[in-house]
Amino acid sequence: MLALAAGMFALAPFMINAAPNEATMGLVYKIYFFHMPSAWMFMVAAITAGIASARFLFLKRPSADGWALAAGELAVVFGAFTLVTGPLWARKAWGVWWVWDARLTSSLMLFMIFVAYLLLRKYGGPGSDKLGAGMALFGMANVPFIYVSVNYWRTFHPLTSVVPTLPVEMGIPLWYCVTAFTLLFIVLLRMRTRLEHQRARVEALYLLEDES
Amino acid sequence: MRLRSLLLIACLAVMPMAAHAAAQPPPGDFVPVDETVPGEQIPALPLIAAAYGFIWVGVLGYVWSIGRRLQKVEAELADLESRGK
Repeated sequence: MLALAAGMFALAPFMINAAPNEATMGLVYKIYFFHMPSAWMFMVAAITAGIASARFLFLKRPSADGWALAAGELAVVFGAFTLVTGPLWARKAWGVWWVWDARLTSSLMLFMIFVAYLLLRKYGGPGSDKLGAGMALFGMANVPFIYVSVNYWRTFHPLTSVVPTLPVEMGIPLWYCVTAFTLLFIVLLRMRTRLEHQRARVEALYLLEDES
Repeated sequence: MRLRSLLLIACLAVMPMAAHAAAQPPPGDFVPVDETVPGEQIPALPLIAAAYGFIWVGVLGYVWSIGRRLQKVEAELADLESRGK
């Protein structure tokens, strides 16, 4: 699966290069082909962390905590991709690096929530797993707000109507990139969760050793 | 009967407008062109290269980081399991 995702990423520049330029933004809009899938994976990671945290908190599933931590880290990774590529696009398309509109501000907030979540998990000590789970739930609650924010508040940011109305020659490379990013997300989530589950096994073995 | 006629007239009047609205792309849609927009002040290529480069380096770095951490934990796990036997 990792090889497939890597292969798709290697072919992506050719697909993107074949797409036409955009009438008002010109060449720079091609950042969109990596920016938008990153933003989607950012939100998917936040939702995954929230659902896994809910399972951990309310259904008392210890393995769900590993999934939540893995997804929380991926939210930070894909959030960083989104928040770096967005301003690079905006500098050319809008003339400024950043505007404090609802979409950008709420995305930054979600990113900061998951950075805080990781810091809490690393340095919070005993009980930080439950506190972190609550925080991840709060992060997940932000996602619908981020998604619809462009439709309700005045913004320079493209609306959610852009994706379904995209011309075919722009839509094909976009959906190709979305597929590549989704594959990458699944691979990274599985790898990172495996790491967390192995760590849990190490801790359990140390406890067993101390008891005997 | 009169109300029904009024409704029919209203529907017939609205239909061409609805068809026209459906044919028009909503504002904010992307419009493809064959050439680069003339008179661009800020070059786009360095910004695109920075955006794609950041993601490529980020993905490779993150995969390497997970792999390294996983290798370390699995070595520790193998050590503990061999000690337990």
